[in-house]
Amino acid sequence: MDLINAVIVLLNYTIIPALTYGSQLALGAIFVTLIYGILRFANFATGDMMSFGTMFAVLLTYYFQSIGISFGFLPTALLTIPFAIFMMILYMLLIDQTVFKYYRIKKSPPVQLAMVSVGVMFVTQAVIRIIIGPTDRRFLDGEKFILKATEFKEMTGLAEGLTIKSTQMITIVVTIIVVAIMFWFLNKTKTGTSMRAYSDNEDLALLSGIDPKKVVLITWIIAGILATIGGILYGLDKSYRPFVYFNNMLPIFAAAIVGGIGNPYGAFFGGYVIAFAEIFLTYAYKRFLVYILPESLEPNSLMQLLSTDYKFAISFSILVIVLIFRPSGIFEGKRI
Amino acid sequence: MRNYLNIIVAYSIMMLLIILVGIFQSWSIALTIFNYCMISAVMTLGANIQWGYAGLINFGIMGYTALGGLAVVLVSVAPVPEAWSVGGVNMMTCLGIIIIMIFSTRYILKNIQKSKKKNYLIAGIIIVGLILIKIIAGPAIEQIEAVDPAKTGFLGGLGLPVLFSWIVGGLFAAGLAFIVGKVALGLRADYLAIATLLIAEIVVSIIKHEDWLARGVKNVIGLKRPAPYEIDLQTSPWFINLVEKFHSAKLDLANSLSERQDILNQLVIDASSVYVKLCFAGMFLVVVIILLIITQKALYSPWGRMMRAIRDNEEAASAMGKNVVKQHLFIFILGSAIVGIAGAMMVTNDGLFTPGSYRPMRYTFVIWVMVIVGGTGNNFGAILGGFVVWFLWVEAAPIALFFINLFTAHLPETNEIKVHLINSAPYFRFLLVGIGLLLIMRFRPQGIIPEKIIKQ
Repeated sequence: MDLINAVIVLLNYTIIPALTYGSQLALGAIFVTLIYGILRFANFATGDMMSFGTMFAVLLTYYFQSIGISFGFLPTALLTIPFAIFMMILYMLLIDQTVFKYYRIKKSPPVQLAMVSVGVMFVTQAVIRIIIGPTDRRFLDGEKFILKATEFKEMTGLAEGLTIKSTQMITIVVTIIVVAIMFWFLNKTKTGTSMRAYSDNEDLALLSGIDPKKVVLITWIIAGILATIGGILYGLDKSYRPFVYFNNMLPIFAAAIVGGIGNPYGAFFGGYVIAFAEIFLTYAYKRFLVYILPESLEPNSLMQLLSTDYKFAISFSILVIVLIFRPSGIFEGKRI
Repeated sequence: MRNYLNIIVAYSIMMLLIILVGIFQSWSIALTIFNYCMISAVMTLGANIQWGYAGLINFGIMGYTALGGLAVVLVSVAPVPEAWSVGGVNMMTCLGIIIIMIFSTRYILKNIQKSKKKNYLIAGIIIVGLILIKIIAGPAIEQIEAVDPAKTGFLGGLGLPVLFSWIVGGLFAAGLAFIVGKVALGLRADYLAIATLLIAEIVVSIIKHEDWLARGVKNVIGLKRPAPYEIDLQTSPWFINLVEKFHSAKLDLANSLSERQDILNQLVIDASSVYVKLCFAGMFLVVVIILLIITQKALYSPWGRMMRAIRDNEEAASAMGKNVVKQHLFIFILGSAIVGIAGAMMVTNDGLFTPGSYRPMRYTFVIWVMVIVGGTGNNFGAILGGFVVWFLWVEAAPIALFFINLFTAHLPETNEIKVHLINSAPYFRFLLVGIGLLLIMRFRPQGIIPEKIIKQ
């Protein structure tokens, strides 16, 4: 019985939150990695692009609520995803045409493109703050919990309750669906194959008749979908605040590099590595240990390895360690 | 002379803009902007050494700035004896353990051949060291933080003159740069950018959350100043006399003695703040000029030529027998040290240390915009970039307000769009700086004052 309780404690406080957070990071990391692999630059506007898509979802959710449209027990924001994605893709293509295209055709070094993306980051941040403001916004409606702690306790008779928030379930399910479709697209369709070819060797791909314009267009479309969905899922689970989204860029970069930048599988995996590390290293294990250790050994401190203040620092330290010992990432990414 | 014409013109326009602010807003604001421009210019000089001379991309400027600020606290604040007596010994022991860890790791790296055993040994040393530190420091930290938490709750500093901390800030930053350089300099440019950005975040989060060191997010206020305080000035006779002499024409217009006294008091208060800022401006100017002379000399020395050769073609320079790795590390340390000095200058100028305010947007990306806009590889350009971008950054909100009011003049005061736009005026600075960067990168990628190679 104690063992089951211990497992429930772990599930409740570490595994489920880590899976959720990991999914959100994974979507962002795949976005970073796609841009890096195909357009060949580190996109410092990542967090703000996700924020931009989410902004439309937030505004549309408010609009839908005001005219009385809802999605039953699911959050209304899910209904707004297609519109938000559409706006996001429009914005990305606009930026690509006005800003990035020039450097791509000139074949500028990646550093210059990264600097340009810093400019895009500034502009995007300004646009977001001018449109929606910098305040914290919650836009979650519908059922909040799938399983409440008290219900679980009654159902099983255990001492520990298991809570599953609906946003956690939605995040995990949507991520699995989106990522599965994306991998199927990349591996099984002709366009996807041409994208991978372009990423591996641009010159050879061009020789074999792959249209670079189409590849770039599709990349931005997929990137827009991933960025918007990742951003909305994060916003539903926590809340929408432009500054936080900007900061999320950092663990997302860490996830992409840890997994091996340029490699979508690696990025997907990297997201979970970062999330699990952050949560497992900052969780206070006291409650867990109370169940599995005999009474004489019961810990009197919190048994926390690091304080939660260092959450971000952990993911960055992992990144630094990976960069030292395996600079191409856990999965083989692009050569650096 | 012809070579320097564009530099002189650009600097004159910049000075004119600041003087205009002085005339239209106030001299105090103009001097604040000027001082911050100068601090930014020092940061930009540091970043320019790394990027412009050597092509190293360092997005960790925030971390070095914060370390420079930390140095001010650690050097100039008076020590807290109670905190030292309850936890000093333990914290010093931890410092000793860290030093032992570093040297033993170094010994193993040098003397044991590459093998699995070596990695395990190093990992073992680090883990044992960390556990020891956690055990020893844990209770000490709690005790230190419990010492009068509203005012101190930290170990305090050495109580030395604050100007000394500028040098220490540079040394701190150099120390961090040495470690970062050893770890990350082998990476390709954009990886280096990300790695330095993240390491800077780690540094700032340590400063933020280790309260025993510098009070963390509780901030340290009332730091020492190398300039006189306004309050002292306002009561010292020589200063009042000076103001009286300076404004005698204005004072003579007063009708009665009491009115004259009121005007004088107001003038003294204004003048005291201007005087203090002038003192800072003088000190910063000295630093900027010294750094400018040194960096200019270095740029046109054989060493500068070598750095440019390494930047432009690493393989060729390496084939000529130049030690690229060593030079990269050296220049990374040098540039970071200058940024550290700027960080210390900034905290001295503000008189307070607020770790919570160190954000990558303001302390990394804006500085980079300055470098790119000003002109990479040219020290005059870097300084100008610091001035131009900081000026825009500060004056963007008033400029935006002016244009919003101009374009929405026909709308009523209660119009929703107008109110919304006026409320979001502060965010136009991001727009202005972003668009400025994009335009410069597109149409003048070498910056306002481009790099100039003088052939001798």
